[in-house]
Amino acid sequence: MTFSLDDLRLGDRAPAELDRICAWLRETLQASKRRGLVVGLSGGIDSSVVASLAVRALGADRVFGLFMNEGESADDTARLSKLIADHLGIATANEDISPILDAAGCYARRDEAIRSVIPRYAPGWKCKIVLPSLLETEQLRVFKVVVRSPDGEELSARMPPAAYLTVVAATSFKQRTRKMLEYFHADRLVYAVAGTPNKLEYDQGFFVKNGDGSADVKPIAHLYKTQVYELAAHLDVPAEIRARPPTTDTYSLPQSQEEFYFSLPYTGMDACLYARDHGISAAEVAAALDLTPTQIERVFKDIDAKRAAAKYLHAPPQTLAI
Amino acid sequence: MSDDAIRKRLREFVAKNFYMADASSFDDTSSFLDRGIIDSTGVLELVSFVEGEYGLAVADEDIVPANFDSIDALAAFVARRTAKTTS
Repeated sequence: MTFSLDDLRLGDRAPAELDRICAWLRETLQASKRRGLVVGLSGGIDSSVVASLAVRALGADRVFGLFMNEGESADDTARLSKLIADHLGIATANEDISPILDAAGCYARRDEAIRSVIPRYAPGWKCKIVLPSLLETEQLRVFKVVVRSPDGEELSARMPPAAYLTVVAATSFKQRTRKMLEYFHADRLVYAVAGTPNKLEYDQGFFVKNGDGSADVKPIAHLYKTQVYELAAHLDVPAEIRARPPTTDTYSLPQSQEEFYFSLPYTGMDACLYARDHGISAAEVAAALDLTPTQIERVFKDIDAKRAAAKYLHAPPQTLAI
Repeated sequence: MSDDAIRKRLREFVAKNFYMADASSFDDTSSFLDRGIIDSTGVLELVSFVEGEYGLAVADEDIVPANFDSIDALAAFVARRTAKTTS
């Protein structure tokens, strides 16, 4: 049988999957003696679907949404986060995390590291880090920093290891600060914290350890992004949120998930991850995605490498046996 | 500089920089990536090391597995490039 992108769609199984997730959420909450769920809202598809699932499982009065914007959040993050919260009718709190990030040195440490690579980088400039496309070349992927001046001049440079690691470590204050606030509200409400990774992100380690990777329940971590979009339609998530392109919303310059982490847009990544786990050949996936088998082999290798690196991210603290 | 000297210096760097409980577990032909000895950050560190140690400017198109995925491959790359620089 020929592989098709439809193979990983839920299709008719979507309503049953919704029921299964909601039943599991109720059971899990009951077992952990928590009374509701806190969900950090980003205005993206994943957190909107998790919040919608939580409301469907528990009722709106047992779901608490958090807006945790900072000075570098995308322009539409605040508006779309409020859109889903209003749509669901859940209680919310607005936590501007910029002062915490500032006090922790998130911006200052990151900017100093960038200036060590591009000395002209100054206040008012914007930045992101990017990876080269894996499709066009067999080049090993190493990060570059891209900066843009207020008048639009763009510069980029390969990052020395220390600068790259410092930029990532400093930027991770954002995810870790958000998680700290989620647990503040969860503790005062006796709620659990819901994580929002989909299968791609969870499997491939696209999260910050003890940041967005931390949660009590992860209701969509078993679902391909394609399937999350399917559930979004069944859950009546507003069309504007379903149409928003996935973004990291972590750096001051717009950054797609392909630029920063994944090799392909999510439909292609879903297909490759599914194929990798179901013994489907690179040639079959290549035909379905209109790419070459060589390109798919590169994606397979990248999947394997990221999966290996993610082991550390998933590991609980290690202890010696008595 | 002899190929052996380059290989020895690279091996020292890899053993010292990337933590390995047993450094003898990889040889000069072992694939860094397949064996999980280095990841994408490790590639960046190797590039930075050979640029600093041997005064080379490594272009993006040079950062390919054929040049950077084992001690032998990297030693050959450094030997080629230093020979070009000094000739």
